Amino acid sequence: MDIVASLLDILVSAAFWTAVLRIATPYVLGTLGELICERAGVLNLGIEGIMTLGAMAGWMTVYQGGGLWAGVLAAAACGALLGLLHAALTVPLGLSQHVTGIGVTLLGTSLSYFVYRLVLPQASTPPTIVPFQPLPLPGALAQTPLTYVALAMVAAIAYVLYRTPVGLAVRMVGENPAAAEAQGLNVTALRIGAVMAGSALMALAGAFLTLSAFNAFFFNMVNGRGWICIALVVFASWRPGKALVGALLFAVFDALQLRLQQMTGGVLPYQVFLMMPYLLSILALVLVARRASYPRALMIPYRKGER
Amino acid sequence: MGVRKSGRTLLAPRRSVLRGAAVMAVAAAGALPAWAQGVKGKLKVAAVYTVPVEQQWVSRIHTALKAAEARGDIEYVWAESIANTDYERVMRQYAEGGQQLVFGEAFAVERAARAVAKDYPKTAFVLGSSFKPQEPNFSVFDNYIQEPAYLTGMIAGGMTKSNIIGMVGGYPIPEVNRLMNAFMDGAKEVNPKVKFLVSFIGSWFDPPKAKEAAFAMIDRGADVMYAERFGVSDAAKERKILAIGNVINTQPQYPDTVVASALWHMEPTVDRAIAAVKAGTYKAEDYGPYSRMAYKGSSLAPLGTFESKVPAELKAKVKAREQEILAGKFAVKVNDAEPKSTM
Repeated sequence: MDIVASLLDILVSAAFWTAVLRIATPYVLGTLGELICERAGVLNLGIEGIMTLGAMAGWMTVYQGGGLWAGVLAAAACGALLGLLHAALTVPLGLSQHVTGIGVTLLGTSLSYFVYRLVLPQASTPPTIVPFQPLPLPGALAQTPLTYVALAMVAAIAYVLYRTPVGLAVRMVGENPAAAEAQGLNVTALRIGAVMAGSALMALAGAFLTLSAFNAFFFNMVNGRGWICIALVVFASWRPGKALVGALLFAVFDALQLRLQQMTGGVLPYQVFLMMPYLLSILALVLVARRASYPRALMIPYRKGER
Repeated sequence: MGVRKSGRTLLAPRRSVLRGAAVMAVAAAGALPAWAQGVKGKLKVAAVYTVPVEQQWVSRIHTALKAAEARGDIEYVWAESIANTDYERVMRQYAEGGQQLVFGEAFAVERAARAVAKDYPKTAFVLGSSFKPQEPNFSVFDNYIQEPAYLTGMIAGGMTKSNIIGMVGGYPIPEVNRLMNAFMDGAKEVNPKVKFLVSFIGSWFDPPKAKEAAFAMIDRGADVMYAERFGVSDAAKERKILAIGNVINTQPQYPDTVVASALWHMEPTVDRAIAAVKAGTYKAEDYGPYSRMAYKGSSLAPLGTFESKVPAELKAKVKAREQEILAGKFAVKVNDAEPKSTM
């Protein structure tokens, strides 16, 4: 009973929901990015590397004297470039999207660290920047600007995908590229564009870690968040609104485990709590994914004129 | 059949290589390994790290070796961020390349590292390890800095007003546990009412997550944080509470947050190993004791910006304990068990 009471205490505290929104932000941005790529028919396993590069590029821009928003833009641009690489290999050349994606992840993580070391050869305590500060709003609304950018992106991407011609075109090349081609659409250009835009969002997810959540860059700091986003896309059935729900749910589990772990630390091994968000996500995935309708042309390269 | 045949032909050259090696070994048997006959001039030293050299723990080894290099005692080469799966190869590469003394961390590669040491008896190896040294050339060290950790615990216990101290760790391995336990013992000595919140984030490098764990503790009333990971002091700074540093002195970065730090100094260990190899007296040894306060292998960082903020009575208590530890009159218990929350 005691545990139930303290659980309720946690769930009604503003601090808990502040943490939830903060933890959810990189997942929201990353999941939206992956969702755009997959909606256009391209699986992007480069997400982990793109997030790392975004984290490094954003931080480095600010460290070199740029503004915080300049850092955000630099991160997005670097993400788009890695996205272009992934798209160039998988769309016109039609290479394996799995292998290319893993390659992009390896390149992104190593390149980030290589550049970091070139610029900062003197190894010391990692240098810091002054990150985004929470806005002066009450309760759980006191978030950094990037969290609001992430929330706005959910609405913007839902609108673009379902209410605009370009959104329809992106969804179409992911469902039936031959039909899109018959309509006079350029499948290659649309897919490349979607992967670049999605990758830019992934890089923003990484930049949130170094520009809002923390103030320094660490080699391994993305720490698997990208892979979670891949699963969240499936959980969301490739829909932006559900992606937000999925990211929030994962963040609730994570924020909860951090609090439960210290509360009953003596009762259960800490690993059980660390596992909790992942276990519950798998459970949710099992329940939801049965009804998921994936883009029909996902992972199928489109070759003009091929029957 | 064909396959077996080709297998046999493959074996033949390997055998002749082995035979050749045996001949060479016999020929070289008269010559003693470098570490047993002494070295004139600069010693060739290498280090292999599994993480970037900025990482607190590894930075202490790197700093000590850099200092030896600056003094002109050694030529120093190093490799950072080496995956555990690749660790053995890099060790062999340095041994093959003629490095006379190799530093590193064997925690996740104990068996492989010890095998490499056996294969290269002419090279001296000094690696971080929770286990025993291995004859003739594999020495071990570890961060036995429980003594200053105990002293920082006393300070934390005296400084907390809510009587709740938060502790965020990476993984509960002995290297982390023993410091946390000593810290808790120290806090309880000066303040029996103190309670602890403990959590582990399951990662060495995830400052945003460490920060979240710290926020969760501060929300529950913790007003002093034990900063085992990067990110914890940042949470303490944002919420304007106190933090205790570990391994490195972080007060310059957080002048109004970090009260005290338990420092680790690798210089006594590193310098002792270098001198031993140079003099030809090197042998497999447990360098662990050289991380103790008595050997200047660890210390309590100066209170600095908190000199006037820590009550004089508390400072006197800590000072007295420090003297007792240095004089060998007080032993801090080494407890490697996983610490648990006490509330």
